[in-house]
Amino acid sequence: MARKAAPEINAGSMADIAFLLLIFFLVTTTMDVDTGITRKLPPPVENPDEDVDVNQRNVLKILLNSRNDLMVDGKRMDIALLKDKVKDFMAIHPDNPDYPEVTTRYIDELGKEVPASKGIVSLKNDRGTSYDMYIQVQNELARAFNEMKDEKSVELFGMKYKALLDKNKIKAINKIVPVRVSEAEPEDIGGN
Amino acid sequence: MSRFKTKKGKESPGINTSSLPDIIFMLLFFFMVSTTMREVTVRVQQKMPEATEIQKLERKSLVSFIYIGEPKNSKIYGTNARIQLNDYFADVDDIQEFIAQERQARDEADRRLITTSLKVDGKTKMGIVTDVKQELRKSGAFKINYSTRKKVEKK
Repeated sequence: MARKAAPEINAGSMADIAFLLLIFFLVTTTMDVDTGITRKLPPPVENPDEDVDVNQRNVLKILLNSRNDLMVDGKRMDIALLKDKVKDFMAIHPDNPDYPEVTTRYIDELGKEVPASKGIVSLKNDRGTSYDMYIQVQNELARAFNEMKDEKSVELFGMKYKALLDKNKIKAINKIVPVRVSEAEPEDIGGN
Repeated sequence: MSRFKTKKGKESPGINTSSLPDIIFMLLFFFMVSTTMREVTVRVQQKMPEATEIQKLERKSLVSFIYIGEPKNSKIYGTNARIQLNDYFADVDDIQEFIAQERQARDEADRRLITTSLKVDGKTKMGIVTDVKQELRKSGAFKINYSTRKKVEKK
């Protein structure tokens, strides 16, 4: 008896099945990449009444009110100018009483001491401030610090911060230019 | 003796479609790899503010989301901004429990790497966001990410 060859499986509908799966995945999944501004929250304070003694000249006070107006160091300011103000404030100005104190900090990665500003940017917002405005301000602050990192990185290593591959170099830059943004403890001021 | 065959009467051969499934499977795998499953139905409005200094969120499995915004169905839920955790509306007090749950769901080694992504609508007032941030501080979830869209820079 002659053996018959096994009949071929009809694969014509395979494409339909695959299409079905494809469409299912197209519908149930999203493609958007999550992006955003990453921040680190401070741990909760144990004694809220205890005031940390910070020299006033070391603090750049940024206030945002419920009408989305921006006030920096007691003066009203346009948000477009905020980045340069922060950069100017955080830059090293030795022996200038209008700017924060300057200390030196030892950086392990470089093996030498570098001057460091004691400045802190303090951000305070009202409960009625819009989130949009708050993010704009956070963004400007991030931009100021990123630009400072870039400048330092170009000065020390000849390339931008984002282009650095060596972990030690990245660490060194992060130590030389720390992101010193503090958010004030919220207070109930103004209405919602 | 005819050297050339006449084409008359002969049908054109059908296109071979046997590789079509392979092509479709390729597309399918591309989509499976490059996309993520939508896990929750977002019930609040989500029009994120724009920013330029943004970072990508790495390791999506270690990100827990908190949605804040005006409810989409404002006829039932009103127009006040609400917090959404997983699939349900929640109060500020529920956040600590939510964070604890999110921790439980992750490996022990990864727990301190959890980032909380705040997906907040741009029109929301800071009051509710500040409350949420205070709760996050109390529960020890210090790594947060303000979700924003990329701003197209004007030249």
